[in-house]
Amino acid sequence: MSIRNTAAQMSDALAKKEISAVELANQHYAQIEAVDKDVHAFLHLDKAGAIAQAESIDKKRAAGEKLSPLAGVPLALKDVLVQKGVPTTCGSKMLEGWRPPYDATVVTKLKDAGIVILGKTNMDEFAMGSSTENSAYGPTHNPWDLTRIPGGSGGGSSAALAAFEAPLAIGTDTGGSIRQPAAVTGTVGVKPTYGGVSRYGLVAFSSSLDQAGPCARTVLDTALLHQTIAGFDPKDSTSINHAVPDVVAAAKKKDVKGLRIGIVKQLAGEGYQKGVENKFNEAVAELVKLGAEIVEVSCPNFEYALAAYYLIAPSECSSNLARFDSMRFGLRVGDDGAKGAEEVMNLTRQAGFGREVKRRIILGTYALSSGYYDAYYGSAQKVRTLIKQDFDAAFEKCDVLVSPTAPTTAFKIGEKSNDPLAMYLNDIATIPVNMAGIGGMSLPCGLAEEDNLPVGFQIMSPAMKDDRMYLVGGALEAALLAKWGKPLLDFAPKLAGSK
Amino acid sequence: MSGISRDEVANLARLARIEMSDAELDHLSGEMQVILGAVARVQEVAGADVPPTSHPIPVNNVVREDVVVPSLSPTDALSGAPASAEQRFKVPQILGEE
Repeated sequence: MSIRNTAAQMSDALAKKEISAVELANQHYAQIEAVDKDVHAFLHLDKAGAIAQAESIDKKRAAGEKLSPLAGVPLALKDVLVQKGVPTTCGSKMLEGWRPPYDATVVTKLKDAGIVILGKTNMDEFAMGSSTENSAYGPTHNPWDLTRIPGGSGGGSSAALAAFEAPLAIGTDTGGSIRQPAAVTGTVGVKPTYGGVSRYGLVAFSSSLDQAGPCARTVLDTALLHQTIAGFDPKDSTSINHAVPDVVAAAKKKDVKGLRIGIVKQLAGEGYQKGVENKFNEAVAELVKLGAEIVEVSCPNFEYALAAYYLIAPSECSSNLARFDSMRFGLRVGDDGAKGAEEVMNLTRQAGFGREVKRRIILGTYALSSGYYDAYYGSAQKVRTLIKQDFDAAFEKCDVLVSPTAPTTAFKIGEKSNDPLAMYLNDIATIPVNMAGIGGMSLPCGLAEEDNLPVGFQIMSPAMKDDRMYLVGGALEAALLAKWGKPLLDFAPKLAGSK
Repeated sequence: MSGISRDEVANLARLARIEMSDAELDHLSGEMQVILGAVARVQEVAGADVPPTSHPIPVNNVVREDVVVPSLSPTDALSGAPASAEQRFKVPQILGEE
């Protein structure tokens, strides 16, 4: 058993007792020890908790208990989901040292399934960013090229997968934070339908857009994790009380004959790197060979999605982040006995929040303020309606929509960190999905010829039809694997010290 | 849509309860000009006839049966508090002197 195996293979080996869960966890900790000083995917390791969970799984297996398919398989958890007793920082100084007193529903489901949570992964502060450079604890480095970004906000989770530090990871996606990191690291990530996976215990950034989801190195592994964490949760008022589509069966089916695949005209052209477009088009050609029917669709209002997103998300964030007031948990600065609560609050929020978070709180406060509300937040909400209508019309003509996930491959660390608008453009193809609450997947479709870096292929499905992404993703992945002769990650340079 | 002034940004920071240095205010007002200029595009298509969408799925008020279920103990609830006393959150003065 190697750390380069898939989660499904690890699951088989565990079931056959070829390896124990403790041995598997230790193999991954050895890899983390060897490479994470360079990659910096993790903010915190919970070795004691992970080994205790692995021991308990091994004991249950030895006793012949029936276990979930992923029991004993290790996972990296994005540091925006609370895990009882384990530090949860959201990449912010505001929560440094905070240990939550409860588990997120996603974490409860992972624990119940016997999954071994290795530690918490790095991210842009409060999930605001596309490069992980906004983490208060320093950036994560892309395992394909350590001078480049691993995407964001979930760059720690994507880098952990690409560096073989974990076979599974959890991300959250508000405007592309699962899919864009997957794209630039050559891994797979899915943003489920909004309401498909509980948000209870997910530290809120933009409540109407946030969605937790599965990340892995293969479509099947992603599906296995999706099945584990999805489902109705009475603790989340926006949770959908509806059966979870059988994404695992869909991932295994590998048959897209007669399926209508729509190419969104607006998610191409200006701003898209040539190599990204080429790899995308080659992947579409593979789908045609497999018998899919290609339809070109127009979604004219997608042009306004980015602008609307950068009003809606900051507006909701300005309200959500009001809870970091230094009173009940987290950082408190300047409480010398003489200063009043408001002054302490002001000083704490100055010291605890980074630049991007402040920028968005101020922008949101402006967009929601009397006199500007209609022009900004109100108009953005209308654009949201138009985007939904564009999707509805498109899905009348096709079963799924496809596009490149991100307009470019991984850029250099520092290249865009002083230009917020250039940074925001990374999310141009992923944001429409969040605005409409539908499902989106990114899977690797090759290396761009200019820089030999991974390109992501995005598949979008109607709400609660998440199985369609896995159907197309599974078929495309198999076709590309046959073409390449080995998984895309095997083309990545070996990290120093890697096992 | 006219630009945003440094004074307006200072007022927003006050409303958002974030202390800001002069340097921070200078920098942020410049950035806000640029960002607002870009996002104002939404007004081009937001006609009076378009209904707003606040949520991707219809949201209903959710209530549960009024029965007692386990919840956080006072110790757990206070475990992350910057300061506490007598099973309560201890906060700086809120009403000023006297």
